[in-house]
Amino acid sequence: MTAKERILGKLRASLQGTTPVADDYDVGLLTEPWRYGDEARIGRLRRMLEAVHGETLLTTSAEWPARVVEALAARGIDELLISPATAHGQQFAGHLALTGSALRLKAYDRPVEAWKDELFFHTPASLTGTLGGIAATGSLMLWPTSQEPRLMSLVPPFHIALLKASEVRDNFHEFMHEHDWAAGLPTNALLVSGPSKTADIQQTLAYGAHGPKELLVLILEDA
Amino acid sequence: MSHLPSAPANATRVAPPLESGRAYPAKPSDVYLFGTCVVDVFFPGAGMDAICLLEREGIKVHFPQAQSCCGQPAYTSGYTDEAREVARAQLALFAGEWPVVVPSGSCAGMFRHHYFELFRDEPETLQQVQSLAERTFELAEFLLEVCKVRLEDAGAPVKVALHTSCSARREMNTHLHGRALLAQLAGVERVDHDHESECCGFGGSFSVRMPDISGAMVRDKTAALKGSGAAEVVSADCGCLLNINGCFEKQGDALRGEHLASFLLRRTASASTGGAR
Amino acid sequence: MSHVADTPAQPIAFKRNAREALADAQLRRNFRGAMDSLMDKRRNQFPDGDELERLRAFGNRVRARALSKLPDLLERLEANLVRNGVQVHWAETVEEANAIVHGIAERHAARKVIKGKSMVSEEMEMNHYLGDRGVDCLESDMGEFIVQLRAEKPSHIIMPAIHLNAGQVAKLFHDKLDVDYTEDVDRLIQIGRETLRRNFFEADIGVSGVNFAIAETGTLLLVENEGNGRMSTTVPPVHIAVTGIEKVVENLRDVIPLLSLLTRSATGQPITTYVNMISGPRKADELDGPQEVHLVLLDNGRSQAFADGELRQTLNCIRCGACMNHCPVYTRIGGHAYGTVYPGPIGKIVTPHMLGLETTRDLPTASSMCGACGEVCPVKIPIPSLLRRLREEAVRPPAAEPHHMRGQGAKYSKKETMIWKAWRKLNTSPALYRAALYAGTRLRGLMPANIGPWTEHRSAPKPAARTLHELAREHLGEQ
Repeated sequence: MTAKERILGKLRASLQGTTPVADDYDVGLLTEPWRYGDEARIGRLRRMLEAVHGETLLTTSAEWPARVVEALAARGIDELLISPATAHGQQFAGHLALTGSALRLKAYDRPVEAWKDELFFHTPASLTGTLGGIAATGSLMLWPTSQEPRLMSLVPPFHIALLKASEVRDNFHEFMHEHDWAAGLPTNALLVSGPSKTADIQQTLAYGAHGPKELLVLILEDA
Repeated sequence: MSHLPSAPANATRVAPPLESGRAYPAKPSDVYLFGTCVVDVFFPGAGMDAICLLEREGIKVHFPQAQSCCGQPAYTSGYTDEAREVARAQLALFAGEWPVVVPSGSCAGMFRHHYFELFRDEPETLQQVQSLAERTFELAEFLLEVCKVRLEDAGAPVKVALHTSCSARREMNTHLHGRALLAQLAGVERVDHDHESECCGFGGSFSVRMPDISGAMVRDKTAALKGSGAAEVVSADCGCLLNINGCFEKQGDALRGEHLASFLLRRTASASTGGAR
Repeated sequence: MSHVADTPAQPIAFKRNAREALADAQLRRNFRGAMDSLMDKRRNQFPDGDELERLRAFGNRVRARALSKLPDLLERLEANLVRNGVQVHWAETVEEANAIVHGIAERHAARKVIKGKSMVSEEMEMNHYLGDRGVDCLESDMGEFIVQLRAEKPSHIIMPAIHLNAGQVAKLFHDKLDVDYTEDVDRLIQIGRETLRRNFFEADIGVSGVNFAIAETGTLLLVENEGNGRMSTTVPPVHIAVTGIEKVVENLRDVIPLLSLLTRSATGQPITTYVNMISGPRKADELDGPQEVHLVLLDNGRSQAFADGELRQTLNCIRCGACMNHCPVYTRIGGHAYGTVYPGPIGKIVTPHMLGLETTRDLPTASSMCGACGEVCPVKIPIPSLLRRLREEAVRPPAAEPHHMRGQGAKYSKKETMIWKAWRKLNTSPALYRAALYAGTRLRGLMPANIGPWTEHRSAPKPAARTLHELAREHLGEQ
């Protein structure tokens, strides 16, 4: 007998003659205390993100590239990791061309093994899209893709995320239900709620543990 | 309050449904008093004061002389069979319809909650357990919610710290009842003490099996009670008082905790209450 | 107190360990301060007591439902993980689990493992096992990294280095990492970040734990704040997740209430910085993520707890640590004194199934039964009831049937059994009881001033002159 057979055998024997506990899932408890309405939803998301040192900025689908340029300039960053294959990547590249910016764009266009050192030590900032957001907890939903791989939102010290206001939902249950996640998840799905942090030394909060030290969320009010 | 188990022993257990607030009966003409073994030996005065408080409300108190211990010491030590037989003896003594008033939240909690587990394999006994559980009240709860006492303070102004035993707090809400009773006394200012809801370290056999840890806990508790600025310490549980008072005495401190019943009676000795005879 | 690696504290020496810890003023200050702060943070997350109680009941039912169909869910989890390309392994013992991990390491000629936080890997003593076989394990969670540098074990399941203050970490980093002494926590964290960064991509294997394994979708869910978990599960070419067989939940949506309970109860956060849901290895068109993902499902005594309906509740645990944060015993002695991977109340009820009651027999006794743990448990494990049950198993005669636990009867003593039988006789025979109490009160002058352990911290209790039985009879008449 294999370990699996022995373990399952023991578990089955222990349940002999019993019936499973019924599923009385309480949707109301996960949604009703966490409703905000159109007026307060974005405010809640921003408040929650800012409470954990996330920076948020209300902007529009036309103006966000300029906000990115400003944010990078304010930090003295002259290089951005961004996917040229996405619509927002193309829009941003177009903006730079139009304004004659000196900002360098870098693409995550090879497997990580081919440029680990550069990604880890010479990539100060990245920009990714998001699937949406959750107001209750101030969370961004990320489904990394081949255009915007998993490490793009993790390794660079400064992460900028684009969030369409129309894709913000009140709570996790609503989001999961609407997107029918149970039907299938990608290789990696993430909730990101602020920059990386730790309180492992004497309960003292410090940001930038292993992931980004800064997270800037650009909320596109008209999108 | 626990409910009657019906599932097979190997069924996956689900937590009992959330308790709603307890419904209280009208003030009865008669009650049983279950004195508890610790009160019996070490604080009989508190038991008598409880009887006086009840009588003052016009209630006839019955003290079955065959009563002993609720069974808790053996139960928590893992000697379940011994606990069950002692529990069975008590069950038989309080089989009438009168409420059972207990001047100790942990013993009351034993009646109200743990007898169900003790007798889970005896459906016929569980009927008696259910009846006892429904009729069991901690003293402070009974005075407040059933007798609806209105206490008139006759004492001088004083600051009092209230310590509530853990099982009384968690199984019987005694801390709330105790606070409400003290709040009726005009001259009494109840002061909070540091980590008020934390255990005093008694825990029955824990205090002798783990003396170092228990000792650290009771030293912290006595320090917190001292630090509260209270001139008097009150508790509705004599196990804790045995522990806390013993620690005060060991430290050469004159402060002693007093049972809530004794304190209430002393403060209101010359005052009459709404329900007095 | 510092337990160095060559003499780690053992559960069998619990009383001695506890005594040493109690004498360490610095340690007691560190724990009291940390636990007070964690209790405050949790309280602030649950302003609505009604919502809390309903959510705890919900969490309890979700866990109970998963356990009530555990074997089916484990098979479903495996089928869905395999469909997603994850390799699933089963281990009854820690030895088997270590051999599986080592086998994977050997196939990849791995020399270096980077670890996210995993209590199951602590249970396995994986670092030690792999280290003996030439595979280095480096902890990447800041707290775990600190305790590894000190050659210690975690003292808390969520905050491994909570027994230390900033000054102690400053000295450690100064001594071991050759950096300037600084007590600035931001700076200390940056030192940790810089030290560990390169190790993420030099590692051949990343090891992590699992918070919830979702049967419905074949997904491993991990929560964390630092990002080291995402690093460990994304950067190295191989990811091995190790977890207990109880961690499975039925449906994806079941994680919503559990996540909310977990992060709010553990650290008082509405949510952790990252919730990382992994459903497979890197796909052909993807540019990062491990080429291989493995899940090791470990039993290690869990099936013993599972066998009994009451003890099964132990497996509801979602490892939030709230029970230890609220425990007056843990607060005073810290995590190391238990000598077990899982300290505090949850450790006392889960470890006896892993190690047997022989070496853990003092753990269930080390509780005043105050109930604080059960009150805060987000999945309503009746911890005090389970402690009581373990005490019962520990004093049951070793040969008694049914035999529920390894080490049954580890505290069985003929003398103590006789004492309790005599106690029963006394308390079921009214005449005997009254006679004994009469004697006790009349002979109270003979009460010795020193009655063993009790009088170390308290004076001896003095029986009253007359019992309540006597006073009541006098007042109320014979009844």
